[in-house]
Parts: sequence; C-alpha cells; structure tokens
Amino acid sequence: MQRYLVRRLLAVIPTLFFASVIVFLVIRILPGDAVDLMIKSSPFIENTEEMRRQIELDLGLDQPMHMQYVRWVSGIIFHGDLGTSLIRDTSVGAEIAERVPVTMTMGLLAVLFALVIAIPIGVYSAVRQDTLGDYVGRSFAILGLAVPSFWLGTMVVILPAIWWGWSPPTRLVPFVEEPLRYLSVFVIPAAILGASLAAVTMRMTRTMMLEVLRQDYIRTARAKGLEEWLVVTRHAMRNALIPVITLVGLFIPIVIGGTVILERIFVIPGVGQLLLLAVQDRDYPVITGIFLVVGVFVILVNLMVDLSYGLLDPKVRDQK
Amino acid sequence: MAELTVGTRRFDTATTRRSPFFEFLHRLFREKPLGAFGAVVCVVFLFTGIFAELIAPYGYNEMNPIDRLKAPSITYWLGTDQIGRDVFSRIVHGARTSLIIGFSAAFISILISTFIGVTTGFFRGKFDMIVQRMVDAWMSFPDLVVVIVAVSVFGPGMWQVILVLSLLYGIAGSRIVRSAVLTVKENDYVRAAESIGVSVPRILFRHILPNIMAPLIVLFTTRLAAVILVEAALSFLGLGVPPPAPSWGGMLSFEGRSYMFQAPWLAIMPGLAITIVVYNINMFGDAMRDLLDPRMRGFGGKKKTGQF
Repeated sequence: MQRYLVRRLLAVIPTLFFASVIVFLVIRILPGDAVDLMIKSSPFIENTEEMRRQIELDLGLDQPMHMQYVRWVSGIIFHGDLGTSLIRDTSVGAEIAERVPVTMTMGLLAVLFALVIAIPIGVYSAVRQDTLGDYVGRSFAILGLAVPSFWLGTMVVILPAIWWGWSPPTRLVPFVEEPLRYLSVFVIPAAILGASLAAVTMRMTRTMMLEVLRQDYIRTARAKGLEEWLVVTRHAMRNALIPVITLVGLFIPIVIGGTVILERIFVIPGVGQLLLLAVQDRDYPVITGIFLVVGVFVILVNLMVDLSYGLLDPKVRDQK
Repeated sequence: MAELTVGTRRFDTATTRRSPFFEFLHRLFREKPLGAFGAVVCVVFLFTGIFAELIAPYGYNEMNPIDRLKAPSITYWLGTDQIGRDVFSRIVHGARTSLIIGFSAAFISILISTFIGVTTGFFRGKFDMIVQRMVDAWMSFPDLVVVIVAVSVFGPGMWQVILVLSLLYGIAGSRIVRSAVLTVKENDYVRAAESIGVSVPRILFRHILPNIMAPLIVLFTTRLAAVILVEAALSFLGLGVPPPAPSWGGMLSFEGRSYMFQAPWLAIMPGLAITIVVYNINMFGDAMRDLLDPRMRGFGGKKKTGQF
C-alpha cells in the first residue's frame, strides 16, 4: 500500500506542473498585454514610455519567461495570490472563494441524485439482463446522454410557467437562516445535472454487476442455497460497486461544465456565473484564476479517488 | 446457402465475397436494428446539412414581420420566431452549422489523437511518460471551461470553435489510440517485421495504422456527438457561432428566452433536433463498436464523451 501511495503522490506533481504551465501560457497569449490594460484601467497612470517601462519592471516583465513563471507560481503557493479583477478591483481568490460553496452545494446534490437513482436501476438491469426492464433502463440511459442539460433546463423554466404559471425559485437566502429554502433553489438544477450523471453511472453499474455475477463465488453462493437477493446485495454489489467510485473522478468535469450552464439558466450566483460574467467583461485575471482553480481541483479529486480506490480494493492495495 | 458459424462470427461459404463495406452494412441491419436506425438518421442529418437550401422553404434569415411568433402550421411547419423567421428553415440550416463544425472538429481531433497516440504508444520510454503527464494535465480541465476560456482569448467564430474542439478532443482521445497501439504492437507480425529490419515508418503505416482503424472509426462517432453537444452548449451561452448564422444552441439562447413563454415551439424544436441527432449518432456508434471492435465493449472507450 505504501508503495502505491508514494507512486501515486509522485505522479501528481508533474501533472500539477503541466497544468499550471498551460494556465501560464494562456495568460501570456492573452490579447493586449497587461501593461496596456493597467494603463487603460487606471486614471492615475499617464501613458508615457517611461511609465510603461516602470510598470514592466514592477511586474517583472523584463525577466525571462521561466523566471516570470516561478514568480507567478510562488505568488500563488505562498500568498494565495491569483491577481486582481480588472473591473472590480477585488482579489480574484476572494471572489472565487465566495462563490465556491454555492457551486459545491449544487454539484454534491447532483451527485447524490445520480447515485440514488442510478445504482438501483443499474443493479436491476444487470440482474434481469435482456428483459423488458433492462431495455427500458438502458434506453433511458442513452437518452440521458443525448438530452442537453441546457435544453432540459430551459423546458423546466418555460413549460410549467405556460401551463400553471409556476416558475422555479431562484432567490438565494443565507443557508444559516433558512437551510431548507436555501436548498430548494438547487433542487431542480441539481436534478437535471444529476440526470446526465445518472446515465453514466447506470451504464457502469450494470457492466460491473454483469461482470461480477459471472464469477465463481456467486455460483458458490447460489449453490449453497443462499437467497437470490442476499447473493445480489451481500456478494455481488459489494464487489461491483468499488469501481463505481472511480466514476466520481469522471463526474467532476461533467459537473463543472453543467453548473456553468445551469447557473446561467436558474440565475444562481456560483463560480460558473462568475466565469461567464468575466468572459463578457474580458476580465482576464478572473478567467485565468477560475481556470487554474478548476484544473487543480480536478487533479486533487482524482488523486483522492485513486487513493480511496486503493484502500478499498485489496487487489490494488497489495500490489507490489 | 451454406453457412458456417465460428464463435459469434458468421462466415458465408457459398456466396461470393462481398466488399467489407457491404458486409458491415449487412451485419448492421441484421444484428443491430437500433444501430441501423441510428445510421439512417445520421444519413438524413448529413443530407439535410448538405442540401439545406433545397430542403428549407425559406432562407435562414428571411424575416416576415407580419407572421411573427406564429404557431406551427402548414405554411410554417415548426412555427416562426420573434422576427418572423421560419423555425423549420433555421433548424435545417442549423444542421449545416452542426455538420461542418462536428465533422471538421471530429476529423482533426482524430488526426491529433492518432499522431500523439501512435508516437507515444510505439516509442514508449521517457518521451511517452512525459507526454502522458501532459495529457493528464490537459484532461483535468473540464471541456466546457476550456472552450469558454479559449473563446474569451481567440474571440467567437466558427473556425476558432473548430480548432479549440479539435485540440481538446484530440489530446484527450490520444489515450484510446495509445492503448490500441500497445495491443497491436504485441502481435507477432509486428515483431516479425521489426526483426527483418523493416523501417519504422513502414511498420507504422503498413502494420499499426490499418489495425487501429476500428477504434479510430468508433472514436470518430463518439467525438462527433460530443462536438455537436459542446458547440450547441457554447452557442447557447452566446459564445459560439455569432448570429444571425443559425445554430441549434443559438436558437435556444437567452435572446429568445422571453418570447419562449408565448411561443414554446421556439424552445422545443431546436432542442429536439439536437437530442435526436446526438441520440442516433450514439446508437450508431455503439452498434459499430460492437461490430467492428468487440474489445472496446463495456466502458473502456466511453470516457469523456462530453455531456451538457
């Protein structure tokens, strides 16, 4: 286990490094250099050649590329400095941090929805392979992969409004005051997001269950006269559901992409909405800040998924 | 007709040998009816996009202000929008936009995947290790976020979208190509070719590439579906193909939102078009995977299909 742990931890370092290089390169190829933007956005700076050189010196732009990278990265690591918004003059890190809980709530609810719906259906589909129920379940899963969440979201806003004059709640109240009302805002978007996750989960649960149900120990369990539902729950599901954990790693990009869209439709002030606002305003520090935070978040979640997988699965745990 | 069945494959012994293409079609319609239906829908989509002018009764930007927000009727099959444009004509022309972006991006992405996958899978070593960590890093950025950031840098437009999506899926797909190359490389005929001193380019082009065609074709269909979905999502957010060019995502976007409460067909029709096309591409792709490349069955080839 220790070897596995060490190897996995070491592998994450180059990944983090390359991810940060990608973000750094995006910052470098942005249209219009930083100096122009600073001069334009501040009324106190005169646009003279001397002034430009002074700013370049302050920003360290006279140094070679790799030195700039080192400065940028150490600023982030040691001071948590992601830059300053061009529009609002606030710290990018603080702006993102303020919105993370909102997006996180929606994402977690969506994952919860997906697992609660998909795992029973996936198990049922596998146990009753090639029956009508299996076909219906599988068709819905493929359909779930094809229906775009922005369309589903739009329909949920529009159709009930036409039919019953009802529209989903969008006003966020502080969680500490009215936790249920706070959560009610997320229920519908999270369910829509959860539907697309459920499609992937259901397919994987079914595949893994089918694999496990063919194993010898399942036959043994049946042969000794164990009731079928005990065979399924105690013997098959336990083993089949371990790989489903790796799905959580696969979920993250889908969840983040989905929240961008659903936050827009349901007017929820999360990180996705901040990103779209920043793109509209060409607020580059905010855009690249979110880009970096999202990338690092995905890498770390995947690391945790791999480690917990190692803990749960003896085949991985004990490998040399 | 004498037929011989070995395993699940069927060999016709008495009939004359058909070309592989017709053989494939035959098996598709016989063994995978749903996949065959998907294939038919894909062909309809293809022709709709190519012959948009002939099919659409009106121009995509032809306005008839008197007939604004008309419900579906014989004159306007799927109704009209807030400035009196025919929704059906706009969907037909939107098929062309999806088709151009989908096919170009999927094709270029396959080229990129093949290049990275074949070089890393064949040469291995340190080079492979470093490239794999780069691919890891690249894949840790969610599809839609990468595309949004890229559009903010390069500006909106069809070619920007195609290039970004090609690069996005090209790098991610290299994993699948690489693992296919690793399997093919272990075959005796590759070893034999190496041992008699066949040059590396010749091995790559004569032995490796032809044998990874099946996963490449399957990868192409999954990419096609993913690109069409992401492009629609991007246009929905107002960051894709700029108006008045018709695109399915754009038709659903926020500018028309307030009118949708009076004219729900504005919201229903374009979404239905996306769903039908993507659903059937996926069905066709699934069937093709089962027929061409049984090894990819299961979830191995399904990662990163893109979903919004």
